[in-house]
Amino acid sequence: MGLFILRRSGVMLLTALCLTFIVFFLTNLYPNLEKLAKTQGNFRMSDEAVASWLDANGYGGSMVSKYGQWLGVLPGWTRETEKGFTGRCMTGAVSAEEAAEAPTFCGILQGDWGYSTRFKDEVSTIIAERLGNTGRLMFWVLVLMVPSALIIGVLAGMREGSVTDRSLSTASILTTATPEYVSGVIFIAVFTSSTVGLKWFKGTATSAMDNPNFENFFLPVLTIALYGMGYIARMTRASMTEVMTAQYIRTARLKGVSFHNIVLKHALRNALIAPFTVIMLQFPWLLNGVVIVETLFNYKGFGWILVEAAGNNDIELLLAVSVVSVFVVLITQLISDIGYVYLNPRIRIS
Amino acid sequence: MEPLSTFEIAGRIIYQLSPVWFSLVILYAASIGFKRRLGLYGKLFDSPIGMIGFGLVMFWVFTGIYGAMDMIITHDPLVQVSGMKNKVPGTPMNGATEADYPYYLLGGDNLARDVFSRLVKGAWEVIKIAPMAAVFAFMVGITLGLPAGYYGGRLDTTLSFAANLILAFPVILLFYLLVTPEIVATGVPNYMAIVLFIFPIVFVGVLLNSRYYTRPKVRNLVLPLVLGIIIWFYLQLVSNGGYLINTPAYSIPGLPRVMDMFDIPGGILVVFVSVVFVNSPTVFRIVRGLTLDIKTRDYVAAAQTRGEGPWYIMLWEILPNARGPLIVDFCLRIGYTTILLGTLGFFGLGLPPESPDWGSTINDGRKLLSIYLHPALPPAFALLTLVLGLNLLADGLREESLKD
Repeated sequence: MGLFILRRSGVMLLTALCLTFIVFFLTNLYPNLEKLAKTQGNFRMSDEAVASWLDANGYGGSMVSKYGQWLGVLPGWTRETEKGFTGRCMTGAVSAEEAAEAPTFCGILQGDWGYSTRFKDEVSTIIAERLGNTGRLMFWVLVLMVPSALIIGVLAGMREGSVTDRSLSTASILTTATPEYVSGVIFIAVFTSSTVGLKWFKGTATSAMDNPNFENFFLPVLTIALYGMGYIARMTRASMTEVMTAQYIRTARLKGVSFHNIVLKHALRNALIAPFTVIMLQFPWLLNGVVIVETLFNYKGFGWILVEAAGNNDIELLLAVSVVSVFVVLITQLISDIGYVYLNPRIRIS
Repeated sequence: MEPLSTFEIAGRIIYQLSPVWFSLVILYAASIGFKRRLGLYGKLFDSPIGMIGFGLVMFWVFTGIYGAMDMIITHDPLVQVSGMKNKVPGTPMNGATEADYPYYLLGGDNLARDVFSRLVKGAWEVIKIAPMAAVFAFMVGITLGLPAGYYGGRLDTTLSFAANLILAFPVILLFYLLVTPEIVATGVPNYMAIVLFIFPIVFVGVLLNSRYYTRPKVRNLVLPLVLGIIIWFYLQLVSNGGYLINTPAYSIPGLPRVMDMFDIPGGILVVFVSVVFVNSPTVFRIVRGLTLDIKTRDYVAAAQTRGEGPWYIMLWEILPNARGPLIVDFCLRIGYTTILLGTLGFFGLGLPPESPDWGSTINDGRKLLSIYLHPALPPAFALLTLVLGLNLLADGLREESLKD
């Protein structure tokens, strides 16, 4: 088991390295850098001015060396200008003595995530703050989504082919067919619009960043939860119907155990193994939902900075965003694998 | 003129869609009549869920096709008519002449364009991209997934790693990185198109060769003919205006313009390529899993004993036996592709801003959603019903294919 986790972590690191390099490569292609130079400098820069701006700000040089600097395995760039020394590890122009004292390496291995050109702030502070907002959103999504999906799935799978099963299954297909931007728009139209008259909730979640309450936070949570709910419910239903046809359930029924007890005491435990992995593997999709819902409800969290960073080619912020999201995806995969083995004693990894 | 009442609007929309109803009735009558002779497709008409799903899907397919032929639309979806901005459904058209349709059936959007016509045109945007993108994703997934599952070993490890790499990317981040004008200018999508579109050629080439290699006469006739046509189409697809890749810095010449019958606009190409790119790893994983399962069957062992080549076994023994789950997944994948296209439109990526596709229309409409509901809701329901139809169709197919 220890070896398994170790090997998985190795693969995980390799994946993260490859992915960040791809992001790095795409954001550092010349037209993107040119756009960055023009938004940071001015829009009428000549080609030479763009080239010199890029060189002065450390965007020149080869792709691999820049990636090494970002990672912190190659020394950061330094330039000597008339205002003093500038460099990757220094803020602004500094004197020669200060430049000599500045650290040589400053990449993510040293804990330096870089500087955001869009927000004019340290990337680590931005990420920490926005991730907190999204964490709160995700927490309530899981609180709403997981229990209701499991209940729907168990109720539907309890008696296969019954009216309850048919209607609940159709409802779950309906939610999986409704992407967040469709359900969000419908909810906003029905529950918040002044023309229909049902003004139960607020159409934006901007105020929920400081003061989340039912009125401004329920709709975004519901919108994300619904899309994933149907899928988990269907998986739970499939697993429940399979368990309900097992030999030991029939034995219990022949012994005269009440239906209530069969479901709760005999079937439920085994039926919940498969949905566990499904819930864990839903995280990458939830991440997508977060981006859409945060844009739709104007909630400034992790998804919102992803859109902002990508729209403005904010290289270091975008890299940090991809590192975080890739680790979320890979760690949930790892947890799902380990949890599956732990929950299901029939499978053992030797 | 008086604005139309709700019933009049509904009546006029149903009348406007009459070619669609007509085609649906013919299709259903023919299919139910001959359902015993149509295999799995015919069996679909035994399951109510499958029939409903198929009906929803075909409704939008017909709407899209007739819409593209300008049969259903009432106005030009791109023309702005003064005085029609954000008007409610059923408003008479401002300054309508004899030739114009006198009403905006579903109202006007915030640029005073007809919502109904944009909805119908938007259906065509989906119908022309989503199924093709799913086909290409399946070609890529099958061509790579079969050998990965059949041979295993290092090939499998490498390909699975690459697939997991793409799957670990948040889809929206990938879209934001790939579908921007700057990336289009570097030619990256063209390179990706050149690589991804090769897979259908490889697939068909290997498929035919493994079937006919014992009969060289047939093979030498069929293979060059089919491959020639496909390669010609491939070159037409990847070369634009005489160039494979045309960036300010350098260019690679491609097919001469004389032989190039159609050009794909850069915006559509990049959308298409990235949707295929995002979908193919999932298909790869499904095909690989099915291959791992099927290759232990007796008929595969029998084929191996007969001395059949590995590609014959993969394509003519394993693949046909994996068709059930693959057909079901194909329907689901078209639905997922539709959702992805909507996502792209929702974030304003790729397609031109005035494009009538549903995602862009939802995005335009949501900004004024608290005051005007009518521009955003029709495309939202359209997307919902199409994806729901595909899901129900997949469910019906799964049920029917499990019966035997």
